[in-house]
Amino acid sequence: METNLQTSRTPTFYDEVIRDTPGGDPNLEMCIQCGTCGGSCPSGADMDHTPRNLFAMINAGMKEDVLRSNSPWYCVSCYYCMVRCPQEIHITDIMYTLKRMAIKEGLYRESSASEAPGFSETFIHYVENYGRSFELGLATWHHLRYHPINAIRMASTMGLELLRKGRMDLTPTRIKNMPQLKKILKKAKAIGGTT
Amino acid sequence: MKYGYYPGCSLERNAIAYQQSTMAIAKPLGIEFIEVEDWNCCGATEYFAIDALAAYALVGRNLALASQQKLNGDRNQLVAPCSACFLNLYKTDHYMAEDNKLNANVNEALAAGGLHYDPGTVKVRHLLDIIVNDIGYEAIAERVTKPLFNLRVAPYYGCMIVRPASIESFDNPEYPTSLDKLTHSLGAEVVDFPLKAHCCGGHMTQISENTALELIRRLLKNAADYDADMIVTLCPMCQLNLDAYQENVNKHFGTNFHIPVLYFTQLMGLAFGLSANNLGLGKEFINAKPALDKISSEPLKKQRRKKRPPKETLPMPTMPEES
Repeated sequence: METNLQTSRTPTFYDEVIRDTPGGDPNLEMCIQCGTCGGSCPSGADMDHTPRNLFAMINAGMKEDVLRSNSPWYCVSCYYCMVRCPQEIHITDIMYTLKRMAIKEGLYRESSASEAPGFSETFIHYVENYGRSFELGLATWHHLRYHPINAIRMASTMGLELLRKGRMDLTPTRIKNMPQLKKILKKAKAIGGTT
Repeated sequence: MKYGYYPGCSLERNAIAYQQSTMAIAKPLGIEFIEVEDWNCCGATEYFAIDALAAYALVGRNLALASQQKLNGDRNQLVAPCSACFLNLYKTDHYMAEDNKLNANVNEALAAGGLHYDPGTVKVRHLLDIIVNDIGYEAIAERVTKPLFNLRVAPYYGCMIVRPASIESFDNPEYPTSLDKLTHSLGAEVVDFPLKAHCCGGHMTQISENTALELIRRLLKNAADYDADMIVTLCPMCQLNLDAYQENVNKHFGTNFHIPVLYFTQLMGLAFGLSANNLGLGKEFINAKPALDKISSEPLKKQRRKKRPPKETLPMPTMPEES
């Protein structure tokens, strides 16, 4: 009857993290708390919790504390931890899962990186409507939303220089078959957002 | 040699120098690039943070279009010059093969747009990979008409071209050497750059500028400590961060770095004797001209390396003399 008990229990936070991380088994249960991940992380010093710490917290079911942490948002996707992890845990992919969960639960607002999801959302706004990213629009909207003074500084120095050197477009480019891409993305979202 | 080509959004504008120089060196190397028709953005590091399946489907559309187009006959190899695009394309193909549920879901989404993709049908490769492995160092050296003698170059790989290693990589994930060897075959003096595979900060400039500037500072300082005349890179994000943010780093830390950052394809073009105008030179924030002016027609015999300080100046403990 042990099997029935296992299958009928409510999924824990730990189960949810594994379920929502695509790409095969992320090996989260294999963590031996060695700390190689945090030691290898370029932005580890600015994180509320190192990946090792987060994994222990996930195991302990500390959902809110994990999703309030700035750590996933400070992950720069450099994959050093993943390369060095002796247990082959898909650390970077788990960080992406935690980002999505923090947005879903609204807990990112309480982290010190509360503006980070806004940047990603602005980025994908252009992708979902044009099929291409749009650097000028992205930088302008992101800064106007969160750092109006920075927006002026950016526009007056780096932005102008990028424009002058022909490294930035004034208008976004749209792919030809945008209706096809919209249908694909709409369907993907309908299937569940996560896999 | 014929390859499918996925330029990615950056190469259309911000990294236009990378695009121009890639096209310029393709001809002398006998490479023909066939662009994926109507490709879309790869989602960078942003879409995966918002919606995983939509992100994989977004990349999946590119793979489906590439496989449909039969870009280069049966070989169906797709080349991406941007490391982030390369990784997203490569990883999506790999994860779809590993994870049946992901494969089914991505294909269900693609079907809504009349597309289908079987993982493994397109082989995704980075531009550097095909240049060093398919063309080869010797063939490149043979094309060199203006060797880059006396130019000290720090080869910078960044992250996403060699990592994660769970996915098969064409070079070492921690200590890659392909760009070093390539730079050497152009006649340049290669700096053994310790931080060559460290992170440039990616999009952190927009999330936490202080964190990002520190990461950029480390790389610049390391290159400066090793007397590099310039940094050469293979990724638009790395180029933007090291080049366009260099002045911000100087302001923030009171430093005075002045290290130009070029794409490896630009250096190849110069060594092949191509005109600077066709290689996007001058698009960089930190002017590369003073560094390029150091190139001499003959290899210099004397190394310009810093001398080691004499032993006496080092704070070494001295043993008391025996009485």
